[in-house]
Amino acid sequence: MRGEAPTPAAGPTERTVRTTCPYCGVGCGVLATPDGQGGATIAGDPAHPANLGRLCSKGAALGETLGLGSRVLHPLRRNATGGYERVGWDVALDAVADGLKGAIAAHGPDAVAVYLSGQLLTEDYYVANKLMKGFIGSPHVDTNSRLCMSSTVAGHRRVLGSDTVPGNYEDLDSADLIVLVGSNTAWCHPVLFQRMQRNRAERGAGIVVIDPRATATAEGADRVLAIKPGSDAVLFAGLLVHLAANGLTDAGYLADHVSGYEAALENARQIAPNIASVADRTGLTPAMVAGFYELWGATPAVVTAWSQGVNQSAQGTDKVAAILHCHLATGRIGRPGCGPFSLTGQPNAMGGREVGGLANMLAAHMGYAPAEIDRVGRFWNAPRMAQTEGLKAVAMMEAVEARRIRALWVIATNPAVSLPRADAVQAALGGLDLFIVSENVLSNDTLSAKPHLILPAAAWGEKDGTVTNSERRISRQRAFLPLPGEVRPDWWILCEVARRLGFGDAFAYSGPDQIYAEHAALSAFENDGSRDFDIGAHAGLPKRDYDALEPVQWPVPAGRPLGTSRLFAQGGFFTADGRAKMVPLAVPALANPTSADVPLLLNTGRIRDHWHTMTRTGLSPRLSAHISEPSVQVNPADAARFGLNEGGFARIGNAFGAVVLKVALDPGVQPGSLFAPIHWSAEMASHARIGATVQPDCDPFSGQPEMKATPSWIAPVAYASQGFVLSRDAFALPEGSWWAKLAIVGGQGQLFATDSGPAELMASIRDAFGEDGLTEMVDLDGGTYRCAVLRDGRLVAALFLAPFGGLPLWDSVKHAFADPAALPDNRLALLAGRSRDGAADPGPTVCACFGVGLAAIRAAFTGGATSPDEIGRQLKAGTNCGSCLPEIRRIGAQARATVAA
Amino acid sequence: MAEPLVIVGKGMAATRLVEELGQRALGRHAIAVIGEEPRLAYNRVLLSPLLAGEIGEPDVELKPAAWWQARGVSTFYGRGVTAIDRAVKAVTLADGATLPYGKLVLATGSKPVRPPLPGSDLPGVMTFRDMADVRTLRERASRGARIVVIGGGLLGIEAAYGLSRAGGQVTLLHLVDRLMERQLDAEGAALLASAISARGIALRLGVATKGFVGTDDVEGVELSDGEVIPADLVVIAIGVRPNTDLGRAAGLAVGQGIIVDDGMASEDPDIFAIGECAEHRGSVYGLVEPAYEQARVLATRLAGKPAAYGGSLLATNLKVSGVGVFSAGGFEAGEADQTLVLRDRNAGLYRKFVLRQGRLIGCVLVGDTQGALFYLGLIRSGQDISAIRADLPFGEPYCTLRAA
Repeated sequence: MRGEAPTPAAGPTERTVRTTCPYCGVGCGVLATPDGQGGATIAGDPAHPANLGRLCSKGAALGETLGLGSRVLHPLRRNATGGYERVGWDVALDAVADGLKGAIAAHGPDAVAVYLSGQLLTEDYYVANKLMKGFIGSPHVDTNSRLCMSSTVAGHRRVLGSDTVPGNYEDLDSADLIVLVGSNTAWCHPVLFQRMQRNRAERGAGIVVIDPRATATAEGADRVLAIKPGSDAVLFAGLLVHLAANGLTDAGYLADHVSGYEAALENARQIAPNIASVADRTGLTPAMVAGFYELWGATPAVVTAWSQGVNQSAQGTDKVAAILHCHLATGRIGRPGCGPFSLTGQPNAMGGREVGGLANMLAAHMGYAPAEIDRVGRFWNAPRMAQTEGLKAVAMMEAVEARRIRALWVIATNPAVSLPRADAVQAALGGLDLFIVSENVLSNDTLSAKPHLILPAAAWGEKDGTVTNSERRISRQRAFLPLPGEVRPDWWILCEVARRLGFGDAFAYSGPDQIYAEHAALSAFENDGSRDFDIGAHAGLPKRDYDALEPVQWPVPAGRPLGTSRLFAQGGFFTADGRAKMVPLAVPALANPTSADVPLLLNTGRIRDHWHTMTRTGLSPRLSAHISEPSVQVNPADAARFGLNEGGFARIGNAFGAVVLKVALDPGVQPGSLFAPIHWSAEMASHARIGATVQPDCDPFSGQPEMKATPSWIAPVAYASQGFVLSRDAFALPEGSWWAKLAIVGGQGQLFATDSGPAELMASIRDAFGEDGLTEMVDLDGGTYRCAVLRDGRLVAALFLAPFGGLPLWDSVKHAFADPAALPDNRLALLAGRSRDGAADPGPTVCACFGVGLAAIRAAFTGGATSPDEIGRQLKAGTNCGSCLPEIRRIGAQARATVAA
Repeated sequence: MAEPLVIVGKGMAATRLVEELGQRALGRHAIAVIGEEPRLAYNRVLLSPLLAGEIGEPDVELKPAAWWQARGVSTFYGRGVTAIDRAVKAVTLADGATLPYGKLVLATGSKPVRPPLPGSDLPGVMTFRDMADVRTLRERASRGARIVVIGGGLLGIEAAYGLSRAGGQVTLLHLVDRLMERQLDAEGAALLASAISARGIALRLGVATKGFVGTDDVEGVELSDGEVIPADLVVIAIGVRPNTDLGRAAGLAVGQGIIVDDGMASEDPDIFAIGECAEHRGSVYGLVEPAYEQARVLATRLAGKPAAYGGSLLATNLKVSGVGVFSAGGFEAGEADQTLVLRDRNAGLYRKFVLRQGRLIGCVLVGDTQGALFYLGLIRSGQDISAIRADLPFGEPYCTLRAA
């Protein structure tokens, strides 16, 4: 796989299917060409407006994630002993329906909840929402989007009056200034980041990054404002004050289209009276603050884009409002090249919101006003409409814990990893009377909580429907693989349960096209321009047209089939008076302060080549080679303070839980802060469930938890030894070992640290593999053990253990594991862990798309290359998704510094 | 006038001495070489491959006749020396001739040990030492004879292997419970044993021979428990003893071998001993490498330059029945020692390193002896190997890389 170009060997064929990527909210178009053997070649869709043919490292590696090895293929029912037995769909669906009936009969519909996912298709979402809110009569429908961008939803609804993203991606091409707030765009939305960088290179657009942490994104920015955690709203309140004080507001726009300006300005003045105060509160210098304000004020074509740094906050809604205020005050909204822009984390968070898949929404961007309940009830012909807002994710899990929720159906998400207090959540799930999980995979942390029923759901490539990306663009996500085993689409599973609950008539869909057509009809039902979400042009859309649907931005009301590229340039907000409404902000503060016991703020987030809980990206060897272990990034000063060393281990904890992570020193992390990735579950690592250490404090409007600033402690952890093991199948390390699993070509790898010595590892290997074909090196006193198991000329397993700090590199062994032809003639060379000439060790992967390692890039710079462009020409590195370009620049700078020294 | 230098023995030590002298003191001595076997000097190490039929007789010859002639060496083959007259500085040959010497070198090697067991003088009970033995053994083995080899040391294993390859049905008996116990630890010996068994040799370890049965010819070997192993031919290969008769008769100090100083001189400053017949600082070496070292030291001194032999580190580096075996230093770890092992049973590889206070003190390699000289160097130098400890088993290239 290494070094193979991510583009297909052949161009699109008649088998090629146009679909969309299952990862982030950019919503890139993907061309998938099935190979007829369960796999597919993946390429970017040049015709899709979101990406114009580009894909990031994750999207480009989708072909590596299509195997069925980790999939659940049949309905499974838990038996009396806690094991699982395969049952037929009828048995499983009857059990779900009977269980739900029982829970409703005993405890009322309020005791039933579903927890959905921004990875569901709109059609799946719609059916779940309809069943719960109209037929079962429970409002408790929430989704992992609650963790992702619900503060943006709440901010949009409070200020703009509706959950509407005003602009589109083209604005990123034409803006003169792009301000990225709390967004590691370079890693989390690489395709958009490249678009911004192209604008910067070709048009000279400025990029400002506002983030407490200096990320890869900051490396591609003109200015970096490393603010104190939680001070975003101060900075933007100060900007509003600056705009007002310097006559930079658009008085006409304010007068015609906005209410609440005076009060909001007065509130902003209290929060941020002057530059000095802003500087003090944000930790920036007055000159940096003033410079940013002047730049923003002087640049009409400004896009302010944000992600989780804004959303995942107990004041996320206020932070969104503070940004929206500045754009409203200047009328910089809905016009080309400007506007506030939420960059969404999930592929269909927006689609989920459209159908109402959030506890505080009812359906089709309608809430719980009596008229709305009535309207939706009539449309659905629903017998039992939910009457109030339901429980949002964190509160829903608290209700599970308190046994107010008795029956929970989790669909397409892994709450036992991702929710705050994840350990408590996992325990609570195990106490449900009825716990149902619809899943792709056979094993994950949520399944470890032992659901009563596991329902095999269709995965990406098998499911068929629509998704909506960050720019309101609805795209078809099409199937290009057959449904394996007894796998079924989520909408089908939900409809079958609905039928068994006696609602067959309302759920008699023949396919996703009929669901979409109904969803579109609801969006237009008694709308008449009163609601932003209107795709009435698709009401009753025939299947043929649905199948051929081109990407389109909503609203797509009847008579406007080409959709809407921007909103609000001339006002027209979806409020009673048609005005946007500025709102006063609370005093900006973190949910919980640090203290002597918990002196550091734990920030969590994504890394470049993984997504969510790695159930898909974790299958890709290419994606596992960039960052292969879960680590905590620590400022060097804090490392010194707490006795931590690069490459060592640390335990990070607080009242909620603790994890053990590898230590990586990073001056880009502020003193007083820590950063840890969200991706590693108990499936993938022994001690890295970071959700367990995240506080449950939520934003009062959005219910989104503050996941980026949990006061925590950190302490060094010492292990006697460290090592790696490669195996075709799972290999259990001794109890108490720290390990992180990763995909490698031909099997799985584990990097580990342990207090077990060579003798124990020797015994483990013998237990697992016997002595046949065993080659080993044993230095009991020196703490070294290395072994390889060879069968039929093929490396079956290899384990290297060394005293801590002395681990040999594993690349040559990994290479031999992947390719029998790479097995050295001399088996001793295998255990030496490197080639005899010491060369050919590629080092960690930098460019995941082309599999280019650090060593080659460093060598190219040392050999005279002066720019990432030249590296691209020589090695192809960085020429696809470009998400490694910041890293390549950094390597270049290091190489030059070394030469200069 | 060149000083007469008489070398008694024409084995490998003697040949090397002549060669060294040729490089250091050509023409300084009038050299005479006297040997019992009626042929040119040959490489005794190659007798077992010769027995196995892997090479031919010409291949074992050390140097061609012209080589000896070119160095002006008088050769007296096919007759031994019967006496040394130190007073007149002359030796007497078996045919009665006498040769005067200025300097005399004894390189008489060793002879096989034949235990005084009942029946050991029966025809068909042999030893394996010289070219004549090889011819006899090959001839018998090629007729598919049942052959019992006694002795699981290097020589016995080599004989068993050669005889087996030559067509014999071979049983190898060894008194100790493992092969080559003076060179190998239990695991290394076990690996060698399985390699030998895999070559079709019946191996009996831990068995003592009581005697030989047979009337006209040997018919079997009787073990101490009374079992009789049928045999058409018996080869005793339980060891060798330094050939010290001449020196002893000449009144030189003899222990196990002829006692020599660091200059290879015996009590008599004009008489030297090198090779398997010499005893230096209490050690007699049965291997070729120390003999070569001794030859070099002696040649240097005879050339009038200072040189001293400091003794050889006991190292075995051979192919035993086609299996590489290397052993050096103390290969059994003491209580304070540490061991590092590399093993690959399927590939027949075993490497063991004994470390003491961060230094390599002993090493066993079975199956693949690559790096043997590197390890020997480390043992000899006694340098601290802590920095390369994890790379040590993989040989010099890995270790020097790491050190660099």
